[in-house]
Amino acid sequence: MTLTLLIEQVLNGIQLGTMLFLMASGLTLVFGVMGLINLAHGSFYMTGAFVTAWVTGLTGSFWVGLLGGVLAAAAVGAVVEWTVIRRLYHRDHLDQVLATFALILIFSEGTRWIFGSSPLWLNVPDSLSGSVTLPGGVEYPLYRLAIIVMGVAIAIGLYLLISRTRLGMRIRAGENDREMIGALGVDISTLYTLVFALGAALAGLAGSTIGALQSVQVGMGEPVLILAFVVIVIGGIGSIKGALIGAVLVGVVDTLGRVLLPGLFKLFMAPSDASGVGAALASMLIYVLMAGILAFKPNGLFAAHD
Amino acid sequence: MTSLESHIPSRSPSLGRRPLSRETVIGWGLILVLVAAAVFAHLAGEPFYVNLASRIAIVALAGVGLNLALGFGGMVSFGHAAFFGIGGYVAGIGAFHAFDQSPLFGLSGLPAGSDLMPVLWLSALLVCGLVAYAIGAISLGTSGVYFIMITLAFAQMIYYFAVSWPTYGGEDGLPIYIRNSLPGLDTNNPLVFFTLCMALLGLALFLTQRWMNARFGAALTMARLNETRLATAGVEPRPIRLAAFVISGMITGVAGALFADLNGFVGPSMLSWHRSGEIMVIVILGGVGRLCGPLAGAILFVMMETLLGGLTEYWQLFLGVVLLAVVLFARGGVMGLLAGRERYA
Amino acid sequence: MRDPILALDGLDKSFGALHATRQVSLDLRPGEIHALIGPNGAGKSTLIAQIAGTLKPDRGEIYLERQALSSLSVAERARLGLGRSFQVSSLAEPLSVLRNVMVGVQAVQGSSYRFWKPIRSDADLVEPALRAIEQMGLGHRADTAVSDLSHGERRQVEVACALALKPKALLLDEPMAGLGPEGSAKLTELLEGLKTRVPILLIEHDMDAVFRLADRISVLVDGEVVAHGDSEAIRNNPHVREAYLGEEAC
Repeated sequence: MTLTLLIEQVLNGIQLGTMLFLMASGLTLVFGVMGLINLAHGSFYMTGAFVTAWVTGLTGSFWVGLLGGVLAAAAVGAVVEWTVIRRLYHRDHLDQVLATFALILIFSEGTRWIFGSSPLWLNVPDSLSGSVTLPGGVEYPLYRLAIIVMGVAIAIGLYLLISRTRLGMRIRAGENDREMIGALGVDISTLYTLVFALGAALAGLAGSTIGALQSVQVGMGEPVLILAFVVIVIGGIGSIKGALIGAVLVGVVDTLGRVLLPGLFKLFMAPSDASGVGAALASMLIYVLMAGILAFKPNGLFAAHD
Repeated sequence: MTSLESHIPSRSPSLGRRPLSRETVIGWGLILVLVAAAVFAHLAGEPFYVNLASRIAIVALAGVGLNLALGFGGMVSFGHAAFFGIGGYVAGIGAFHAFDQSPLFGLSGLPAGSDLMPVLWLSALLVCGLVAYAIGAISLGTSGVYFIMITLAFAQMIYYFAVSWPTYGGEDGLPIYIRNSLPGLDTNNPLVFFTLCMALLGLALFLTQRWMNARFGAALTMARLNETRLATAGVEPRPIRLAAFVISGMITGVAGALFADLNGFVGPSMLSWHRSGEIMVIVILGGVGRLCGPLAGAILFVMMETLLGGLTEYWQLFLGVVLLAVVLFARGGVMGLLAGRERYA
Repeated sequence: MRDPILALDGLDKSFGALHATRQVSLDLRPGEIHALIGPNGAGKSTLIAQIAGTLKPDRGEIYLERQALSSLSVAERARLGLGRSFQVSSLAEPLSVLRNVMVGVQAVQGSSYRFWKPIRSDADLVEPALRAIEQMGLGHRADTAVSDLSHGERRQVEVACALALKPKALLLDEPMAGLGPEGSAKLTELLEGLKTRVPILLIEHDMDAVFRLADRISVLVDGEVVAHGDSEAIRNNPHVREAYLGEEAC
């Protein structure tokens, strides 16, 4: 394996991590503030991707499509919060899991009904197509690089939002004490709707941008959702910082594992067996990572609630 | 101590001849209806419906397994498809190697596969027990929402392993060409196979009732209701939970082995997280922590699947709406509606 | 003087800058009630948590009949004979009184990993549990669900649960809290009858009950035992009057 290939794969890992961070930050924010576990978070990801693909097809502009996808995800999030989710805040986690599982069924089948079963395709916008040469001579697709840059910008933005703004102050107050924030006279149901819609918008953004790299199809949100769960279990539920570090860790370990493990097994196994065993074990790697971290830190690396 | 002596005799009727509770009556009623439907379909020459009854019995059995962890133990496992699928793969892999007379996993030195159901069931029990022990030992260090996500993640790990392991079909799964056998019985006869499924379901229900009425059940109930009380009473809560989780995984594993034989096929879809959700839905629809809840839930689920699925290919949309309505407005499920609130003796 | 049943030897616990327990040593002898009093924030809860096993002391050791406890879990301590009640009622609400108490009997008798015999017809479980319930004067309520009990009755069940362990020592955390004068008097009477069978370390706010029940009293202020003696000595201790009794004494 050459160094340039390795660098490229590390960047791919970080790009995957960026996607996971967008998903995980919304999940962890909703859990931290409202104490809700939301399995339907992947549905917002799917909503973003579908609406972006659809609007881009109508208008011919990826950027209009992207905007439409993010806004649609936020709007769907707000509506879902308003109709279903707010009835679940005082329920136990089992009820939350079941109700949001029901939402997944409704969203997935509803989307299949509207858009059909065949996948949609979305092209990388012209302004971001092609690749750039990074220092060290690594050729890397511009679009993927742009996703990484966007992820860094979002992480900084979220940090500023939570640490510097009134909304952020209320979010932090809500995390620390749900009764307190009500007593302070903050309109708590509006705050909850806002936080939920923000999380949905981030998931929608992830789905919209990934749509140009993979096919847009029903069920696309679920594998990402489960990886995002692994991320926040590793990072510590309720911690944005944990979500960021967990996301990059999972993205890089998963990507490198898939590239390196089959090669590693070829050193002492027949090539045909090695690629099978290597691939199978690589697919398990992040879960082993998760189990290892949990064995030492049962509440994740940066647990917000100890 | 006079009131002590007056207490014991008043309890003795509970030794056996207690009046049947409404819940028990409903449970027997459901079993009888299912058996009658299967026999009737068999006499009418409709093997499709006999197999449908087998399917109900099997998913009910998977639900009985999950109910032990979820309902009686309060452990919200979102990863029981792992055990269902592993049970299925045990049956599939055993049959695969029995079919071509090769040693297990193709490794010389290991015994050949087997197509005997009892051997496969015991293997499913053993393998699922070990896997459940490993998953439970790690996951039970956590609680609440962590536990849900971790069980989901581990099940997903096994799913991806099955998808990327090429020997047994990978993504395409593994067909079972000849249904596994039981000496003296024609397992290919749908009614015989149904009888086997029903017998195992009945056994699991009987054992669950026995366990929950015994000391183990008392400790498990206390672990769910009040962990501090249990520890203060001198019983370590975590091993009690772990034991229940292991047994729960084993029962669901046997259901998986039967399911693979029913369909003549095992694939990664048996391990998918949708399957975990379905098993959970069956338990919830029927009534969490009610002995016969999973049976009621399985009947409802398979009927909806068959009836709605016949009307529209988007039937899961309606399943979602029904589930949402049950969670928001009708906690307690079918058994809650039919038999009233749960009572503790 | 006989050997103490329960002994704390130089317990010390800090949370960051907060020194919650400072070199606490005290003991509990057969047949006595030893009361532990102190103002709010004196570190009583932290001390109880260390004895019961939910917190680990930084230094020092706890002995139950000379066996060191600090490396044992809550459940192991309970099985060795340390019974406790909680400040906030900690019972399984939907279950009957009998079933709440029976779990303790189950642990003392050995294994909870028995899968066959129904507990309701198991006289080995039911009889000792009923005996403990009757000791606390609740025989007529054995089959009632805890959720249907009065506050005072729940307090009695808490103690019955601890008694079911056949304890060598009882650790009662504010058993009188929230009881009216009548309930308080009743529980005082019950505890008085109990102490000859099992010594009690009593943490209590109700000073009337403490002065009536306690053979010895230790006063905890800022994590430290500042005074120790019988009721008379404590009543007259100027240090205690200042730190704890305050204007009550005037």
